Amino acid sequence: MADLTTEFLGIKSPNPFWLASAPPTDKEYNVRRAFEAGWGGVVWKTLGSEGPPVVNVNGPRYGAIWGADRRLLGLNNIELITDRPLQTNLEEITRVKKDYPDRAVIVSIMVPCEEQAWKDILPQVEATGADGIELNFGCPHGMAERGMGSAVGQVPEYIQMVTEWCKKYYSKPVIVKLTPNITDIRHPARAANAGNADAVSLINTINSITSVDLDSMAPEPTIGGKGTHGGYCGPAVKPIALNMVAEISRDAQTRGLPISAIGGVTTWRDAAEFMAMGAGNVQVCTAAMTYGFNVVKEMISGLSNWMDEKGYTSTQDFIGMAVPNVTDWQYLDLNYVTKAKISQDDCIKCGRCFAACEDTSHQAIAMSEDRVFTVKDDECVACNLCVNVCPVENCITMVEVPAGQIDERTGEVVSGDYANWTTHPNNPSATAAE
Amino acid sequence: MATSHQASGIQAARLDAAGIAENFSDLHPAYDAHEAAVAADRCYFCYDAPCMTACPTSIDIPQFIREIQAGHPESAARTILEQNILGGMCARVCPTETLCEEVCVRETAEGKPVEIGRLQRYATDTLMEKGEHPFTRAASTGKKVAVVGAGPAGLAAAHRLAMLGHDVVVYDARSKAGGLNEFGIAAYKSTNDFAAREVDWLLQIGGITMDYGRKLGAELSLDGLTSAYDAVFLSIGLAGVNALRAPGEDKDGVRDAVEFIAELRQAEDLTALPVGRNVVVIGGGMTAVDAAVQSKLLGAENVTIAYRRSREEMGASRFEQDLAASKGVKLMFNVMPKAVLGNGAAAEIELEYTDVTDGKVSGTGETVRLAADQVFKAIGQTLEGQPDALELEGRKIKVSETGRTSMAGVWAGGDCASGGEDLTVTAVAEGRDAAMDIHSSLMG
Ligand SMILES: Cc1cc2nc3c(=O)[nH]c(=O)nc-3n(C[C@H](O)[C@H](O)[C@H](O)COP(=O)(O)OP(=O)(O)OC[C@H]3O[C@@H](n4cnc5c(N)ncnc54)[C@H](O)[C@@H]3O)c2cc1C
Ligand SMILES: Cc1cc2nc3c(=O)[nH]c(=O)nc-3n(C[C@H](O)[C@H](O)[C@H](O)COP(=O)(O)O)c2cc1C
Ligand code: SF4
Ligand code: SF4
Ligand code: SF4
Repeated sequence: MADLTTEFLGIKSPNPFWLASAPPTDKEYNVRRAFEAGWGGVVWKTLGSEGPPVVNVNGPRYGAIWGADRRLLGLNNIELITDRPLQTNLEEITRVKKDYPDRAVIVSIMVPCEEQAWKDILPQVEATGADGIELNFGCPHGMAERGMGSAVGQVPEYIQMVTEWCKKYYSKPVIVKLTPNITDIRHPARAANAGNADAVSLINTINSITSVDLDSMAPEPTIGGKGTHGGYCGPAVKPIALNMVAEISRDAQTRGLPISAIGGVTTWRDAAEFMAMGAGNVQVCTAAMTYGFNVVKEMISGLSNWMDEKGYTSTQDFIGMAVPNVTDWQYLDLNYVTKAKISQDDCIKCGRCFAACEDTSHQAIAMSEDRVFTVKDDECVACNLCVNVCPVENCITMVEVPAGQIDERTGEVVSGDYANWTTHPNNPSATAAE
Repeated sequence: MATSHQASGIQAARLDAAGIAENFSDLHPAYDAHEAAVAADRCYFCYDAPCMTACPTSIDIPQFIREIQAGHPESAARTILEQNILGGMCARVCPTETLCEEVCVRETAEGKPVEIGRLQRYATDTLMEKGEHPFTRAASTGKKVAVVGAGPAGLAAAHRLAMLGHDVVVYDARSKAGGLNEFGIAAYKSTNDFAAREVDWLLQIGGITMDYGRKLGAELSLDGLTSAYDAVFLSIGLAGVNALRAPGEDKDGVRDAVEFIAELRQAEDLTALPVGRNVVVIGGGMTAVDAAVQSKLLGAENVTIAYRRSREEMGASRFEQDLAASKGVKLMFNVMPKAVLGNGAAAEIELEYTDVTDGKVSGTGETVRLAADQVFKAIGQTLEGQPDALELEGRKIKVSETGRTSMAGVWAGGDCASGGEDLTVTAVAEGRDAAMDIHSSLMG
């Protein structure tokens, strides 16, 4: 078993799996049970200022979408930050950190955008002995209407300003949690960096309405006949989060800024992918909310098994390894040619590849009288749609046409030389290749 | 007090009412909404789906399963019933393991097909429980069509013809409609009087008059029908049974399986239905399996199916064979009856082992005796009562693809007609297709 011990911002945890700031980390009872199940760390549910806590709705606060067999794919929520008194949370954090010195305990905070508010709360948080703080600039609903959460996260200048205050009044690591509800994630990341944040974490939830009740004609979840937009998370958001993590990892201004990746992490593989894309660790919310704390056990066994197979002895060995391979479209090699290939042994003859290619793509799959499906190499543009719709994994694969062979579709010999759009003759602003 | 399994001879009340109720409950219980959702999710929505090709009535299976998936089983039912008006019964009785489910790609993939039959039942039950009939009649054409035989073929034809605006009279020799749905199918496949309820529901289309106790060859003649109607559809099934031709066939306790099953299906109280202690069923088709299984379920101690060829050649599917075995029926292959022995009433049966060479069965000389106080003959039904004027093909009325007989104006379909397997669903397909052909010839 590979050692999964991970150091993030100098904070050690036995594995890179932290629970994200959310209901799973809202109280001592939960967090103790999470640690017993094996989670490496937690980001405590977001704390607000001293005084009467926020209140949540008393009707449903979640909506969802499902895949086959009602597997939950996306969850939406209209929950606010913790609705328990600040002092209760601080006392619990203190106790838990004391009992679990080897686990990471990070405190998430969201207070108004005034220096005094941060100056008041930070020493109290510092006194708990927690390992660091995370600034919640992300919640897209409720708190944003009060000028907090994503209302801050969408204004880079505010991010920088608040980060600077935190660095001033707090001695341990400061993580800035970013909202994805923005057109270009690099701007808030750069602002956090400019404010001297120790790390960014992302993504918080995505603004969404999951469904409409067609009897009451109201969005769901429906509270007394009305609904509002909420924050979307779970497996459905992973691709969005992964891209945002990649953007920050490869941006010249933020390259090297530590990242705690969040968004749809459900199995060890999701975690490994985020880390390969530059994240130092991952945070999980929906997977735990869907299946309970024990999901971490598969993440642990899966990641160490994979690391053993690959010969990695530390998570450090593979963090960021995929970043150099993320590029812009214009630099993709246009001389790289593949063709779909159907394994007749694995094919169950459902015909979905045929329907997809025939109706919506390139008419490159032939169907015989007796339902044998084969790819027509002279039509296949290698789009990958058939691979994606085939219900049998690895039944259709993409096979590279080696240099020197003829691409039957174009009739041209495949060149072994790299050539991209910037030099392509069809590109009006192409620069002639030397 | 219930008599035990061991009471000798042919006895009623081998089981008490609770035992009977349990034994004769639904073979495949209805899905609840959750089970239907889980089962429907397994369908891949195949292109040019193999299951649909395998269905004799060509129901658009991926379409109806998708309608269940998307939460409107009523539309799913309509999709089914448009192709197969007896989709409710077919969902219960089709040997899906040799039809749609056999070729389901998930059978190929995992050895577990999408449970198409049970999903079909879920959809059709949902609609029928609402008492709704989803079709309406076209404007009257003024044409009159006679249908003889109210089994699945006749009912399917009558419904389609009525829907197209023709006036239909359905004659049947019996006093009840349904044919083998009502008198033949195993009781645990059609529970709660489903056959009769389905007929009532089907007749809601209107334009169909039922006329019972009218037998072709007795009260009715083909000449009379052809002169009184614009078209005639014959769907008289197979009313005769093959003879055993073994000495002792006339002893008490030896009888036709179909007759026993009909009695069973019509019994008000199954505890009152007598059955032997040692039952031997001669035959290898669905009728043999049904007679054997239901004897066992009535409380017979030993039930044996004696079939003269090998397991592979048995007409009953492997699923049916396993069903029989799971109920405790013993299956014997390559044995044929030599004599029924006993003093007045059957007590034993002597079987001879067989060899099959080039399809021909011959005795090996080796024999075996089994205790047998009841012997059921299930060696095949035959055409009986068909009008002489019609040309035959083999032992059935010769018909074209669309059911035309050798006589103009007369169509035939279902078990009595050539082509297709003897199955409920095939009878429905043939009835429907003949109706379409009658319609185009009447309107053409
Ligand atoms: C015991 C048994 C079990 C079976 N189990 C299954 C099963 O599980 N699944 C399956 O798919 N199939 C099964 N079958 C086969 C299926 O029942 C038949 O293929 C189907 O019923 C044929 O329909 P039909 O309309 O052609 O004939 P039938 O259902 O036989 O109907 C014929 C009708 O015509 C009437 N009739 C007959 N002669 C005359 C006449 N001279 N004048 C007027 N009316 C007449 C009869 O009274 C009857 O109502 C089974 C058959 C039997 C015998
Ligand atoms: C019910 C709920 C409440 C949440 N509350 C908070 C919160 O108080 N503070 C915060 O920073 N993020 C909050 N989040 C966002 C999560 O921490 C996380 O960023 C998001 O759910 C994406 O991760 P996931 O796909 O693993 O769920 C909440 C999410 C959910 C589902
Ligand atoms: S890769 Fe695209 S074009 Fe080629 S066969 Fe598959 S779907 Fe068709
Ligand atoms: S989608 Fe896959 S399994 Fe289905 S026919 Fe195509 S190759 Fe075969
Ligand atoms: S073959 Fe099976 S999976 Fe495919 S459409 Fe039919 S029921 Fe669905």
